[in-house]
Amino acid sequence: MFYREAGQFKSSYKEDQAIFPILQDRVGIAAILLFAYIAIPFVMSDYLIGAIMTPFLILALAAIGLNILTGYAGQISLGTGAFMAVGAFSAYKFATFSIMLGGAEATLPLVVTILLAGVVTAIVGIMFGIPSLRIKGFYLAVATLAAQFFIEWLLVKVGWFTNYSPSGVITAPPLVILGFEFNTPAEKYLFTLTFVAAMALLAKNLVRSHIGRGWMAIRDMDIAAEIIGFRPLQTKLSAFAVSSFFCGVAGALWAFVHLGTVEPEAFGINRSFAILFMVIIGGMGSILGSFIGAAFITLLPIFLNNVPPLIGWNIGVDMIAHLEFMIFGVLIIFFLIVEPHGLARLWTIGKEKLRSWPFPY
Amino acid sequence: MEDMMYELLFFLEVLFSGLLTGTLYSLVALGFVLIFKASGVFNFAQGAMMLFAALSLVGFQEMLGVHWTIAFVLTVALMVVVAWCIEKFVLGKLVNQEGIILFMATIGITFFLDGFGQTIWGSDIKTLDIGLPTGSIDLGGIFVDRLELVAGLTAAALVVSLAIFFNKTKIGRALRAVADDHQAAMSVGISLRTIWIIVWSVAGVVGLVAGIMWGSKLGVQFSLTLLALKALPVLMLGGFTSIPGAIIGGLIIGAGEKLAEIYIGPFVGGAIENWFAYMLAMAFLLVRPQGLFGEKIIERV
Repeated sequence: MFYREAGQFKSSYKEDQAIFPILQDRVGIAAILLFAYIAIPFVMSDYLIGAIMTPFLILALAAIGLNILTGYAGQISLGTGAFMAVGAFSAYKFATFSIMLGGAEATLPLVVTILLAGVVTAIVGIMFGIPSLRIKGFYLAVATLAAQFFIEWLLVKVGWFTNYSPSGVITAPPLVILGFEFNTPAEKYLFTLTFVAAMALLAKNLVRSHIGRGWMAIRDMDIAAEIIGFRPLQTKLSAFAVSSFFCGVAGALWAFVHLGTVEPEAFGINRSFAILFMVIIGGMGSILGSFIGAAFITLLPIFLNNVPPLIGWNIGVDMIAHLEFMIFGVLIIFFLIVEPHGLARLWTIGKEKLRSWPFPY
Repeated sequence: MEDMMYELLFFLEVLFSGLLTGTLYSLVALGFVLIFKASGVFNFAQGAMMLFAALSLVGFQEMLGVHWTIAFVLTVALMVVVAWCIEKFVLGKLVNQEGIILFMATIGITFFLDGFGQTIWGSDIKTLDIGLPTGSIDLGGIFVDRLELVAGLTAAALVVSLAIFFNKTKIGRALRAVADDHQAAMSVGISLRTIWIIVWSVAGVVGLVAGIMWGSKLGVQFSLTLLALKALPVLMLGGFTSIPGAIIGGLIIGAGEKLAEIYIGPFVGGAIENWFAYMLAMAFLLVRPQGLFGEKIIERV
């Protein structure tokens, strides 16, 4: 009843191929964007925006990146954290290179800096994607671990990446676009939101294009895909490139917008795992799922940290940490058993229900 | 001449120490292989099982004040219970799911076991002392760590007994049947559930042995689970389905990373042990994608 496409006629191919062909979807997306742009900055406190919303959006962007690689192209990667690190540190190098040359301050526009960082990450991603042409499945997962540890080591050991900062920590330049400085958490949030919304739209369009169909064909069976004419080399490497681009931009945002100062350890193996969880819990092969997964993984620890004291259950901090581990593990298993295809799948089922409700026959 | 002799001895010492550390990696990798062979599950929880087993062993020793052999028996019983629970509550519900889903489930198990073990046994670094020898002995000019030697011998004994178990006993044959084909095994009357419980129990015991060795070396602490990650390149090198592969892979990785740290490390800033194993395994896979002893990957359309 609420989600019925009956009566929505399409009279041209253009309409038929629109990204959101159904009116309800268009209204829904518009409502969500309106809410995110207007309601959240006004309603939520600065603390909540800075500590929850901004990291959630950035991690969702990284999850979209990994989802393109793992969910759409079927290549498991445990190196997401490292790719984010590449993005963060190359953004830093781009932002400071004019200072190195003797200039007064960062002259490269901020948006260009972040996008260039994404491009550098894409190149690194392609380099580490080359083994995927020979290695498959779990073997590849371990090969991406090589990227994770190698890049982390490189960033710690080679001083050039941090401009020889003795502590190995980089400090992001102020966020200025056309003379406007993004200072408050709400402004930074809006900056992130714009980036993430634009890139999510890009991802959504990519995966339903020729390129995206190639990725899915490779995922479902690479030999068959090769036989029907998708070139494994281009298809796999383009998946690595696009995925790394997203992760790199996410890393740059993480360093510049969210944290401000970053060390390579912020992008360790645990970050990679967390993002993999987001993808799998949210739903592999779903852009929406990346957001749901990111929300779940970001909010759950906060929830678990705050509930025991709220209900008057006073336990030690390390006890909470252990319980958090246990509950986290149980929830992962629970969701896998209930819905192996992720939370996004629940929404698909929900849509079916809404379509026929209240007369499901 | 004197110098060269010294250099050679030093090289041998490094090599030997690397090989023995490698057997410790092999012990962890062995648990992975057992489960992968029998159920096709890529068991990420092996490291967590190792930590949990070692924590329990120390816990039983401290709590009950018993001799370590009794604690050992108790821990083995506990690991069987854990295996039963995993089969009952996790794997049994996920039959016929894709590999990646099962892999994720084992990550869930990892989190749970890490949290559970530390909840009941505490999270302090514990010393594990079951009377394993310490210090080093002099083997013709080469100094060898005694504990590592014991670990190497234990690994060898474990592999031999597992080989006998797999090849000579009825259960072992059933395990291999399940590994080849789940459905065919079930159709000749092998219970998949029982086999899975047995395999996870055996992997738990292997984890316990690995935990004892690592625990004696480094103390029982959370960072042991990170060591389990090092078992992954070992597996890649040896092949996911081969027990000898796990051992030989471990030896190559152990020796390779020690030699690289000593002879290449100083030129590039050191600490290359962290990633060398992965790079070595990756380079190797480019030549042989199924690993050293893995079954040849046959692709059908």
